Amino acid sequence: MHVHRFERIWLVAALGMIVLFVGTVTYGAVVAGYGMVDAEGGQVDSTNPGASESFRDPGVYEGNESGHYDVYVETRRFAFVPGTAEPIRVPAGSTVTFHVVSVDVLHGFEVAGTNINTMAIPGQKAVVTAEFDEPREYGLVCNEYCGEGHHTMAGTLEVVPRSEFNATAEVSA
Amino acid sequence: MAHAHDDRRAETAEQPELASGDRLAFVDQYPSAARITRLCFGVSFSALLVGAVLGIVQALHRTNVFRGVIESSDYYSVLTGHGVLLALFFTIFFLSGAFTWGTTRSLGRDLPSPRFSMAWFGLQLGGAVAVATAIFGGFVGQVPFEADVLYTFYAPLQAHPLFYAGLAAWLVGTWLAGFDWIRSYLRWRGDNPGERVPLQTFMVLTTMLMWYISTVGVAVEVLVFLLPLSLGLIDSVDPLLTRTLFWFFGHPVVYFWLMPAYFAWYTILPKLAGGRLFSDPLARVVFVLFLILSTPVGFHHQYADPGVAEGFKFVAMTNTMFLLLPSFLTAFTVVASMEYGARRRGGSGYFGWMKALPWANPAFAGMALAGLMFAAGGFSGIVNAGMNINSLVHNTLWVPGHFHLTVGTASALTMMAVSYWLYPQITGKRLQLYGLAQVQPYIWFIGMALMSNAMHRAGLAGVPRRTAEPQYDQFSFEAALGSIPEMRLQIAVGGTLLTLGAVLFGAVMLATWFADRGRGRLRVDSHLPEPISGAEDSPRVLDNFKLWAAVAVVLVAIAYGFPIFSMVADGPFDPASPPVPVGVVDAALGLVFG
Repeated sequence: MHVHRFERIWLVAALGMIVLFVGTVTYGAVVAGYGMVDAEGGQVDSTNPGASESFRDPGVYEGNESGHYDVYVETRRFAFVPGTAEPIRVPAGSTVTFHVVSVDVLHGFEVAGTNINTMAIPGQKAVVTAEFDEPREYGLVCNEYCGEGHHTMAGTLEVVPRSEFNATAEVSA
Repeated sequence: MAHAHDDRRAETAEQPELASGDRLAFVDQYPSAARITRLCFGVSFSALLVGAVLGIVQALHRTNVFRGVIESSDYYSVLTGHGVLLALFFTIFFLSGAFTWGTTRSLGRDLPSPRFSMAWFGLQLGGAVAVATAIFGGFVGQVPFEADVLYTFYAPLQAHPLFYAGLAAWLVGTWLAGFDWIRSYLRWRGDNPGERVPLQTFMVLTTMLMWYISTVGVAVEVLVFLLPLSLGLIDSVDPLLTRTLFWFFGHPVVYFWLMPAYFAWYTILPKLAGGRLFSDPLARVVFVLFLILSTPVGFHHQYADPGVAEGFKFVAMTNTMFLLLPSFLTAFTVVASMEYGARRRGGSGYFGWMKALPWANPAFAGMALAGLMFAAGGFSGIVNAGMNINSLVHNTLWVPGHFHLTVGTASALTMMAVSYWLYPQITGKRLQLYGLAQVQPYIWFIGMALMSNAMHRAGLAGVPRRTAEPQYDQFSFEAALGSIPEMRLQIAVGGTLLTLGAVLFGAVMLATWFADRGRGRLRVDSHLPEPISGAEDSPRVLDNFKLWAAVAVVLVAIAYGFPIFSMVADGPFDPASPPVPVGVVDAALGLVFG
């Protein structure tokens, strides 16, 4: 089959680019250590995730290592619990693992302007870990359509200075 | 009755050798196929017009420029209508018409059975009307229909059964349409043993094989899970499984939108540019690659899903990146074919040849501008495909910004451009309001440039897609590039121009429809010259449809076999989620805010 010389050059260049793209993603996963949302969270009860061992009452918990926190978030039409009625508060300089479930339909859990962005699917627990260095307030958005009140589903995540974070009051037991 | 003829001076005045003789228009050569194509185009254009009007309502509503048309709770019915009418019905009715024309023209034989063709058209139309009824019933309080589940209809949100039943009927209609084209091909094959498959028919058949493989996912989702759920025959579904089945179909469907555009870029555009296709064999390679790679990539829509192991996402990512190859090859061929045409028309220089292209011909201008925008859409798609950086843009306005460049321009504008050239041939009527047709592609292009760039940037700031009021009490978005008010303005102005573009297109088609037949020559030339490098240069194995279909099935089994098995192994309905019917939301709203 005759392929014009220019087209052969183009073909090789295109393949090179494709390999490069796959390479960058692989680099991100293997070397930079970017962890995708995946199946590690396991399954939970679809309508009552609190009944499952892997999910705790919604709230902020101290993790196994110092400076680590676990945040258990329930998404429901049309609120984040916690997040909407009261903000999620974590101290600056911490590593936070979010455990996100849904009790009704699909939702999104997006910390606006960051790469903390996962689906909440009934029956599954999403696990996302992020580091928060500086105090800052972030917006929380449901970015998956969940019904006619979808646009009201939002909240806030407050990263507060360590000195203002009162672990005894703000961390669930 | 007067017969319509080609006008050889229309597109090929400079190269008389590219024109054919004085030939009858398609409508007079193949009246049955012309009738089906006209009917399909009629439904397609109607869906486009309604969908475009819904589009401007959304653009003005979500940017808070004008919220007087609908309540925010009705935004999602409008959005469902916009998505379903444009992404499924405008595009796929157009495909049904264009493929009927292409197989008939390239095989040189009319449809085997006009009655059968009418049957599949009727089934598609009936299904589409049922789906539209279910969606628009949502605006009327007194009727029981409700289907604001969006075009992705993720369970356990639940629409009225009519929505799912209509989708199923329409889908079967598309399957029968494919059968019609395959049957036509097989009869041709019987009369022409040993000949190479004509290029347009080759494209139709590979596209339909892809469609048969990929629609298995949505057919199982709708018939086994969602329709029984909405009828109350089962009481729960596994939302992750139904979502996975949707995306088994949901990515190949984007190639079902795009293949009619590729079909036109390969077989019509080079001639309109004043030349001919660069390479027939490479065109075949491209379509084969789409057949085998389109389906095993669906998990790239589920990068952010819990319950799907990273390895499966990685396989889908790799396949997706290789799926860039046929599009890169197409970019080469399309540009090379245009340059060849331009140089034949007297163009010269590194870039100067572009000035020699027929930019005043709306069929050419629409396709060329669509191809240009597809390049931009391809690059934003590469960002989506990169599974780590995808976390930044997943479900933000970046995503509709991306697909308004691809399906919303590469496909939509090409389809409109093809219509300027093809509609006269299938009606025997000269294109009316030619001046409007000439400016229409440019209006679309400018409108989309404004809207899409702003949507991409808003997505980077985290502004979500599919939201009636992306302005929240609790916080405001911080733009990295530009400002949020400026983006809103561009989206509103761009959306308005796009709707104007759709209305202008509708006016041209309507005026042509009502024009008299037989008023002279058609101002188009239907002759499609042979490629520079013809099919005889390519290995015959390219035409082995059974082989490529088998390879496609194997790749699908590799990408999907284990994940779907693991989702089904714990019981196909587990973890079990009960349905949440749309439209009974007031109670839920009261629960949160009461």
